[in-house]
Amino acid sequence: RPELFRDLELARHGLQVVPNRGAVTITISGDDIGNYTDEDVQRREFARHNPRDGDAYHRYSTDVMRQCKFIRPLLLRTPPDPTSFKPRDIRELIHLGREFTKFGEQFIYDTLRFYTMSIADFLGEYFESDLIKAHLSGSGIIGSAMGVYSPGTAYVLLHHYMGDVDGSIGAWGFARGGMGAVSNAIASAYRSFGGEIATDAPVERVIVRNGRVAGVATANGNEYRAKIVVSNLDPKRTFTRLFDEGDLNPEFVKRARNFKIRGSSGKLNIALDGLPEFPALGRDNPLRFGDIHFLDSLEKMERAYDDWKNGTWSKEPYLDLLIPSMTDPTMTPPGKHFMSVFVQYVPPKIHGRDWTDQDRDGFKNTVLDQIGRYSPNFKSLIRHVQVRTPRELEDEVGLTEGNIFQGELTMDQLLFNRPFPGYAQYRGPVKGFYMCGSGTHPGGGVMAAPGANAAREILLDLKRPSLVPEGWQDD
Amino acid sequence: MTDRNRIIIIGAGHNGLVCAAYLARARREVLVLEASDRVGGAAITREFAPGFRVSACAHICYQLDRGIVRELKLASHGLKAAHADLRTVALATEGDHLVLHGGKLEAGLLPDKDRAALADYHDRMLRFARVLGKQHNRRPPRIGGGGRSELIAAAMLGLDIRRLGREPMREFMRIAGINIFDVLEEAFETPLLKGALALDAVLGTNLGPRSNNSVLTMLHRLSGQATGVTGGLSLPAGGMGAVSEALAAAARAGGATVRTGCPVASITLEGDRVSGVELEGGEKLAAGTVISNADPARTLLQLVGARHLEAGFVHRIRNFRSKGMAAKLHLALDGLPGFARLAAQRAGERLVIAPDPVYIDRAFDHAKYGQCSPDPALEITIPSIHDRTLAPAGRHVLSAIVQYAPFDPRASTDAARAEFLERTLGLLERYAPGLRRQVVASELLLPADIEREFRITGGHWHHGELALDQILMLRPVPGAAQYAMPVNGLYLCGAGCHPGGGVMGAAGRNAAHAVLAGERAA
Repeated sequence: RPELFRDLELARHGLQVVPNRGAVTITISGDDIGNYTDEDVQRREFARHNPRDGDAYHRYSTDVMRQCKFIRPLLLRTPPDPTSFKPRDIRELIHLGREFTKFGEQFIYDTLRFYTMSIADFLGEYFESDLIKAHLSGSGIIGSAMGVYSPGTAYVLLHHYMGDVDGSIGAWGFARGGMGAVSNAIASAYRSFGGEIATDAPVERVIVRNGRVAGVATANGNEYRAKIVVSNLDPKRTFTRLFDEGDLNPEFVKRARNFKIRGSSGKLNIALDGLPEFPALGRDNPLRFGDIHFLDSLEKMERAYDDWKNGTWSKEPYLDLLIPSMTDPTMTPPGKHFMSVFVQYVPPKIHGRDWTDQDRDGFKNTVLDQIGRYSPNFKSLIRHVQVRTPRELEDEVGLTEGNIFQGELTMDQLLFNRPFPGYAQYRGPVKGFYMCGSGTHPGGGVMAAPGANAAREILLDLKRPSLVPEGWQDD
Repeated sequence: MTDRNRIIIIGAGHNGLVCAAYLARARREVLVLEASDRVGGAAITREFAPGFRVSACAHICYQLDRGIVRELKLASHGLKAAHADLRTVALATEGDHLVLHGGKLEAGLLPDKDRAALADYHDRMLRFARVLGKQHNRRPPRIGGGGRSELIAAAMLGLDIRRLGREPMREFMRIAGINIFDVLEEAFETPLLKGALALDAVLGTNLGPRSNNSVLTMLHRLSGQATGVTGGLSLPAGGMGAVSEALAAAARAGGATVRTGCPVASITLEGDRVSGVELEGGEKLAAGTVISNADPARTLLQLVGARHLEAGFVHRIRNFRSKGMAAKLHLALDGLPGFARLAAQRAGERLVIAPDPVYIDRAFDHAKYGQCSPDPALEITIPSIHDRTLAPAGRHVLSAIVQYAPFDPRASTDAARAEFLERTLGLLERYAPGLRRQVVASELLLPADIEREFRITGGHWHHGELALDQILMLRPVPGAAQYAMPVNGLYLCGAGCHPGGGVMGAAGRNAAHAVLAGERAA
């Protein structure tokens, strides 16, 4: 969130965000369709594929932007509990109602529909070209365990669009030095206020005494005493692994076990000896700097999801491919390149059993083969491939089942339902325990809003003045 | 012109007839025009082979509103049930069937855990369904627009949800938007049980068990049952057509005129208000109010015509999702089929073939790509067991809803129909060995056939998908959800309006109230 970027002075702590330069979809027949920042160029690009879709583009972008404007101020607010009669919750509900109604009746209906439709149906209301729909639909499924025809995916698109970089809504950016640079800058900011970080200290259990937290114990046997413990882990991991079941209400444990956090994506990090060519794009096309997808139709997207449902990785996966070293040469030695490939769908288990090394190699080859079909010199440039299936994402990063959002973005796990109904205000089921990860409102993506919101709630409980930005300030 | 006082209703489907009966009761001059040669629309009983009669579309009556049955005195107009409380039998090929009655297991084996969970599940869902059921007889509120009455109506809805109590309300808000697959997965272990319950959520819809919204469609189905006349699943004596006949009799008794064989070609306008209708034969009939029982697209795009409407509104109507995915199978049999290890008296219950939710989901996957399911899911009734008027002595009719069949199959409709029939009969043979040899005649209606025969755009039983974005104030489209269309004097009264399809009649009654309220306001 830009508010946090400014408030924590992340630029001073070394973070540079370079705006992304668009995205492009390449079809197997060599056609392509790109994203451009200039609206008029974009309209012409769509019109090239279908004249009516060119006209529809303005309507589409206006509607989506209006949705983003509505949701943005809600990101840095604690969701109200609609079952509560506390003045604060009622005030917050009324505030939400006002925000909701201020854009007029039509907007309300559009919003209700937007939140519940499938991305395919939603795009179908604007566009005719299957390729344009496929091109735009990727944002509706990334990180989710749903297909483009699954109702609820239109919201996921919105979730991907609600970021902003340098004041342009819906824009994506690269952190110079990779995503690690974001974490380093935030850590540096935290330390500058006197905060301490212990690394190599995996927490094994939360200590509960007399119904409230007393601290944590780490794997190496250390105990840290604290009156307040905040978990950045996903809710399922937090409550099924760190807590002694006896310290929690059985109903709550059931909720935590049933929390939907199915992994659906994997990643390949590829070191290259040179820049791969994509004949469909040509050598000087600026779209090479952005995200590259290989798609022909919505059906291809949906079939990829069917494979996931059947317990295997997609035979024709959806790829979101980037070569960040083109934008940021500091990431690789001179002349070499780094390609980051996000892959969907990849199930957390193969036909109900754990991933094997053969599975991982099969998965790797599926992805490399697909890229090879669009880039003839790609395979000869490969120096090293690192494969991240949900197994590795879980083991190394601690994301349960490799779910990148720490919990699926479906209606039962959004807003006041996230992570669990009745626990959406960052407070856990034990006094002194809080949650601040993507498993809480407003959810995943590197936006850091859950952390800020949790901090605000904790300060409130401590009866300390709140320093955390709230809502949204336009500047 | 005296005709200003006349009200024309296009279509004698059950909702059109309910609307006619209520307006006639209110002493309005009502003329119902039906295109086919009999009343009922899709709620008819017809002969599909010599001597064999069957409910041609919906075949189980469970949603017909209790209030309507009482107020229109349908019993005195001849409505009675051949069987008022069907059980559901989840069929298993090996014969380990489950017989379910509400939340109770009446026969078959279930682990204790599932048995307890079933009672709890049924109880919980029924409570939620009642909240929805309460909305059926109300006009959906407008939000953000309109005046104080709209605010009150919206508040009533909120209040109904709050009255559930804190934990149930949380649970309701948690599951209302998600899919039945996940909900069943949380609660049960036995695949056969989950399959039967999942089928309830997707029957007649364009959803698979894993599609979000399928909890809502299940609650919608259950809500009709909760407000329905029997509170259970019933078979009307004489088939579904008997319901329509009783409704037509009630409408006529009130003074309404019902003309069959009069297809309407267009709705005529005078300035910005309706002036009547023109029949396909060229005859013009004047009226001050026109109510259409046809689906929204047919009414507005064909009968009124897009050029008379505002472009944004036309766009929304065009995007109303209304492609059906349910096919209907009718078999004339020369004897009672023998389902493996199923007692003969049980064969008259509601039989379902849905061995587990994944099976249904696979069936759905094919339909997404324009193919009929190779292994479909079925809801079967053999109504002739309870009602001897439907088949010659010793013979039987089997009626089944078969899912999924796409509206526009990749293969030609004829090829798709032939293959789907073959697959379905093959599947039935596995459950009831010998059934194929008993078949005397058969008929399979794909959604495209349903569109043609019943004049329902898209062949969707509910006139349009029941989903969160197409219910309540969003049905059929925002700005037209209160029965009055954006042409003065034009109303909709069919399943395309709140509260949607199923032989319920609530849309017809609500529309009648909206027409009367509109007169008072004018």
